Amino acid sequence: MIEIRDISKSFGALKVLNGLSLTIAKGEIMAVIGKSGGGKSVFLKHLIGLLRPDSGTIEIDGIDIVTAKGQQLQRIREQFGVLFQGGALFDSLTVFENVAFPISEKTRLSKKEIAQRVTEALSDVGLSDIEHKYPAEISGGMKKRVALARALIARPKIVLFDEPTTGLDPIMLRAIHRLIADTHRKYGFTGVIISHEIPEIFDIADRVALLYEGRIEEVGTPSEFINSKNQVVRSFLTGGEDL
Amino acid sequence: MIEKTIRGLGRWGLRIVRTMGSMALFLINAIAVTFQRPFKFRLLLKQIRFFGSKSLLVIALTGAFTGMVLALQLYYTLRKFGSEALLGPAIALSLIRELGPVLSALMVTGRAGSALAAEIGIMRISEQIDALVSMALNPFRYLIVPNILAALITFPLLTSIFDVIGIFGGYIVAVELLGLSEGTYFSQIDAFVDMEDIRIGLYKALSFGLIVSWVCSYKGFNTGFGAEGVSKATTEAVVLSSVLILIWDYFVGSLFM
Repeated sequence: MIEIRDISKSFGALKVLNGLSLTIAKGEIMAVIGKSGGGKSVFLKHLIGLLRPDSGTIEIDGIDIVTAKGQQLQRIREQFGVLFQGGALFDSLTVFENVAFPISEKTRLSKKEIAQRVTEALSDVGLSDIEHKYPAEISGGMKKRVALARALIARPKIVLFDEPTTGLDPIMLRAIHRLIADTHRKYGFTGVIISHEIPEIFDIADRVALLYEGRIEEVGTPSEFINSKNQVVRSFLTGGEDL
Repeated sequence: MIEKTIRGLGRWGLRIVRTMGSMALFLINAIAVTFQRPFKFRLLLKQIRFFGSKSLLVIALTGAFTGMVLALQLYYTLRKFGSEALLGPAIALSLIRELGPVLSALMVTGRAGSALAAEIGIMRISEQIDALVSMALNPFRYLIVPNILAALITFPLLTSIFDVIGIFGGYIVAVELLGLSEGTYFSQIDAFVDMEDIRIGLYKALSFGLIVSWVCSYKGFNTGFGAEGVSKATTEAVVLSSVLILIWDYFVGSLFM
C-alpha cells in the first residue's frame, strides 16, 4: 500500500504540491488526472524518491521513502517499475539490451534466462523481431511498448506510468491502455497512471484522483467521478476553461 | 545603489561557493562508488576509446604543428644568441613540461569533453538518468566513474603521443628545412631533458584528465531544461575546463620550478 500524507513541494516561489494526501491500495490502478503543469509528474517523482517533498510523508508498505537512505531506499526502489513520459530508453543500447537492463544489472540470471525473459516481456507488449534495433530506429508507439516491457521485466510490485499515451494516435492509445490492463491482470502490480486521456483512462483505472492546486480535489471510482457534483471535477471533465 | 551592488556581489559569491561545494560533493560521490563491485570494465573500455583513440588524429595534428611552429620561432630567437644547437632541448622541454599537457588537454576538452557534457545532459533531460535511479542503480557507476577513470588513463598517453609527434615535427623543420644537424638535435635533447621533466608533464596530464572529466560530467549531470539547457551546460563545461586547466597549470608549474 502507498500512503501519501500531506506532502508539499515548492520550486523557488512556485508551490507545486500543497498538502497532497492520497492512499493507493495494493493491486489497484490509480489514475491521477489534472491540468497540464499542475504537478502530476512532480507528484509521481516523489513516489520513487527522485524528488523529496519539503514536508509530509510517503510510506511504501509502511516505510517512509522521504527519510529512507542507502540500502533501504534501494530496496524500496527495487519494488518499482517506471514508464517515463518519453520512454527514457538508453540511446546507446539496443531494444534487447534496454529491456534486459534491469535484470542483467540487478540479478544473477544466466544469459539464456535473460533472453527468455526479454522475449516474454516483448511478447507481452506485442513486439517481436526488433531486439537488435536501437531506440532511434523504432516508432514512438514502439518505444512506449519497449519502455513498458522494460518497466515490467523485473516483475515490480508497483508500476508508475507517467503519461504513457501522450503524443500517440487514438489507435495506439487504446493499444497501450489495453496492454497496461492485460499486464496488470497477468502480474497484479499496483499501478499509478498520470494521464490526460479522459474518458479513456476510466476504462482501465480502478480509482481516479483529480490533482488540483497542489492537492487531491476528489478521489473515487470512475463512475463516482463521472457522477460527481464537485464543480472542479465537472469543469475538468467537460473541459471548462474556468479551472 | 551601493547596497544593491553589494547584495549582487553577495549573491554571486554565494552562488560560486554553492557550485564549488556541489562540485566537491559530486567528486566525492564518484570516488566513493569507484571501488564498488562489480567493476564496469566494458564501459571503461568504451570510454577509453571515446577519450583516447577517437582523439588521436587531432592530437597528432596539433602535436606536429606545435612542434613545427616552435622550431621556427625558437630557431629565430636562439640564432640571435648563437645558440641554435639548443633548439632540440628547447622544443622538447617546452613540449614535455608545458605545451604537451596543456594543448592536449585543451584539444580533448574541445573534442571529447563537450561531447561528454552534451551526452550526459541529453540523458538528464530525456529522463534516462532518472530511469537508472528508478531501477535502484547508481548513475555515478554507469556515467561518471568510467569517464573519470578513462580520462585518467588516456590523458597521460595522449600527452606522451603529442610530445613525441611534436618533437618529430620540430625535427622536420629544424633538420630538414633549417639545416640543423640531426645528431645535434637529438643529442642535446638527451643531454638536457631529465626524467623529472617527463614526470612533471605526466602529473599535469593526469590532473588535467581529472579536471576535464569531472567538470564536463558535472555540467552534463546538472544540466538545465531542454535543448537550451544542454547547450548552456556544454559551453560552460568547455569554458570552465579550459580556464581551470590554465590556472592549474600555473600552480603546478610554480610548484615544480
